[in-house]
Amino acid sequence: MSEPVATVKTFMGVFVTLLILTGITVAVSLINLGPFSAVIALTIATIKALLVVLFFMEVRYSPKITMAVIIAGIFWLGILLALSMTDYLSRAWGTYGQ
Amino acid sequence: MATTVQPVEQQNYLNSNYGIKSWLLTTDHKRIGLLYLMSITLFFFLGGFFAMLIRLELLTPASDLMQSDNYNKVFTMHGIIMVFLFLIPSIPAVLGNFLVPLMVGAKDLAFPKINLASWYLFMLGGVVALYGMVTGGVDTGWTFYTPFSTTYSNTNVVTVAIGVFITGFSSIFTGLNIMVTVHRMRAPGMTWGRLPLFIWSHYATSVIMVLGTPVIAITLLLVALERLFHIGIFNSQLGGDPLLFQHLFWFYSHPAVYIMILPSMAVISEIVACYSRKRIFGYNFVALASVAIAVFGFLVWAHHMFVAGISVYAAMIFSLLSFLVAIPSAVKVFNWTATLYKGSVHFDTPMLYAFGFIGLFTIGGLTGLFLASIGIDVHVHDTYFVVAHFHYIMVGGAVMGYLGGLHFWWPKISGRLYPEGWAKLSALLIFVGFNVTFFPQFLLGYLGMPRRYAAYPEEFQVLNVLSTAGASILAVGYVLPMIYFVWSLRYGKIAGPNPWNAAGLEWRTSSPPPTYNFEETPIVTWEAYNYDEISEEKGVEVAG
Amino acid sequence: MEQQRETAAFGMWLFLVTEIMFFGGMFCAYLVYRVSYFDAFVAGSQKMNITLGALNTAVLICSSVTMVLGVHAAKTNRRRATVLFLLLTIMLGLVFLGIKAVEYHEHWIAGEFPGPNFHFDGPDPRHTQLFFSLYFAMTGLHALHMIIGICVVGTIAYFAWKGHYSSEFHTPVEITGLYWHFVDVVWIYLFPLLYLISHKH
Repeated sequence: MSEPVATVKTFMGVFVTLLILTGITVAVSLINLGPFSAVIALTIATIKALLVVLFFMEVRYSPKITMAVIIAGIFWLGILLALSMTDYLSRAWGTYGQ
Repeated sequence: MATTVQPVEQQNYLNSNYGIKSWLLTTDHKRIGLLYLMSITLFFFLGGFFAMLIRLELLTPASDLMQSDNYNKVFTMHGIIMVFLFLIPSIPAVLGNFLVPLMVGAKDLAFPKINLASWYLFMLGGVVALYGMVTGGVDTGWTFYTPFSTTYSNTNVVTVAIGVFITGFSSIFTGLNIMVTVHRMRAPGMTWGRLPLFIWSHYATSVIMVLGTPVIAITLLLVALERLFHIGIFNSQLGGDPLLFQHLFWFYSHPAVYIMILPSMAVISEIVACYSRKRIFGYNFVALASVAIAVFGFLVWAHHMFVAGISVYAAMIFSLLSFLVAIPSAVKVFNWTATLYKGSVHFDTPMLYAFGFIGLFTIGGLTGLFLASIGIDVHVHDTYFVVAHFHYIMVGGAVMGYLGGLHFWWPKISGRLYPEGWAKLSALLIFVGFNVTFFPQFLLGYLGMPRRYAAYPEEFQVLNVLSTAGASILAVGYVLPMIYFVWSLRYGKIAGPNPWNAAGLEWRTSSPPPTYNFEETPIVTWEAYNYDEISEEKGVEVAG
Repeated sequence: MEQQRETAAFGMWLFLVTEIMFFGGMFCAYLVYRVSYFDAFVAGSQKMNITLGALNTAVLICSSVTMVLGVHAAKTNRRRATVLFLLLTIMLGLVFLGIKAVEYHEHWIAGEFPGPNFHFDGPDPRHTQLFFSLYFAMTGLHALHMIIGICVVGTIAYFAWKGHYSSEFHTPVEITGLYWHFVDVVWIYLFPLLYLISHKH
């Protein structure tokens, strides 16, 4: 089989990075950054998720279609969240004043 | 003319082995397709029985055949059975299951065992839902709207919701299987550009099944949790928002309409090409229109909620987006019509259904535009106008396509021809019966008759009697095929591999096909619908 | 063989996409309510035990590593190592569930389980209860996925022990690995969303 196999060394590197990132996200949450707290927490979570997906789930070494499937899933989740929020974010508009 | 000498019975998927076990444990996609066919036929007539009760009740203005609470249960069960247990699995799980591997030149679907599991899940879900219905029923409407479903209804909401939840997974498995099969099991030479439009439409349908179904699954699960543990996710008394339920519900249930209509469009493309003896006009556009419908279908759900209390700004966005779906739908209708132009059109039974589909779907689609525009929707919301509209799509569209497809591929499925005269009669009865049933409902709705009531003012009676009369004709139209299909299994003429002289890989193997579909893996070197290369002559009447 | 492996992996990825949408419905509910009742969500989040949450995140990451090493061992024909790593994965999964149970117990004692007995001293108990409803629904569903995962890994470990897998054929191990990592990814998002909304500053 010619598939490129990730080495144990890579796995260990990813493992340590994941643990460090977990530490960072807990530490950062102790500092009050206002709305940026959520942004940073989610960014770190996304980096961690990417590491797992690319290396542990071997998407890096998989056919392109795998990535397409993942992107489609995230895109559809985006549709659900974004279009639902059009309702909730604009519901109070124009209720006051007049 | 029937041959007097019976041809030696070929080895095929029907006679390769016998016995209950060989069917219940089969992994042959064709047999699983037939298992689905039998189960959904059962559910169709059960749902039809409830429809009959509804029409009987509405014969008179007073609520005399049943009380309101029973009427609520009856229309709910009609809806749930027809939507979740008949329409959603109808074409994809029966014809799709049977034909997708044949059409792409594969031995079977990608995951035969998962395919069988999907049928068992479907039956399990169906049985659980039926159990809930038999032991007290459910009265929320097929939409399970909160807070009625979570707080006030005293009926078996949880049981039925779990039943629907389970059938959802069977639908996911079917969609997943079709997608993987189309991606990875195509015969050599069967490029994406050579796929029959049937496959394109089923691919688009599967995308919806895979991406939409889980959302309704989790939503119904939350409703069940809310009823069981009295937690509040959709209950405004406990801080939740009932409208969120509607958002999540319609995120699936609007695209679910395309789960019903896209496979029907798939069937129509095949039939129109075959009986016009022409390649479908604008193949690429029709193929991409399928995908576009699948994607756009996810962007429009809140047009079901214009009067529910959503933000007017969101309503405007959803209204505009809703018009988008009309574009690919119209592309399809125009392209089928353009295919007919200068084609040598044959008026065989499947083609009659195709014509019925195109006309009724157009009416259903155009009245959909009425409902997508906020102003008119506010006027006709929750009236019979809506009922008529979605029956034009789901019955006039989806069921017409389903029956057309069943007739078209019946010789392939059974190896026998159905009696053409009876079939034409039933197609005619269904078309007439359908219109007499549902066209008056457009008028009723526009005049202001609300849906889901057992009683109504007397001025609506004439149109309601008309509607009930039409439903009786429709019922005869539906029972007829059931009888002559069964009859043809024994007495029908032997069909031969390609009775319609149609293009497509499924017609290049014997009827019924052997268990592994093709004697040898086909190699495709031609485009789909190469009717100019196939002789005009109407196929051999009897093979032998 | 390679063909079949890719087909199976593709099927699993499609299934994982349905899982994204399955959890997605709840993420949608979470987003809607968090935006609407942010303060109540902060109040609820402060009742979370961050130490146990962070510990559990680490446990799950470890289990992902043992899983990936198990797959690697299967690919390189090391039967005993495969079984060992799969068993380690199961053990870590059980540790995760154990810690989760401790947390649930703490919430139960504190009267933070939503329902008729819900009790919360704060400015907006109604919407804080909503936070807890989502917390239990999301983590509960995640835990259910863990339980299913543990059962599947157990089956795979049994077959690995029986010597069913080799460098030629290890598709089931890989597919199971994909599922396990996916459940890990869900937790990677659940942890900041539920535990780390905001601390007392």
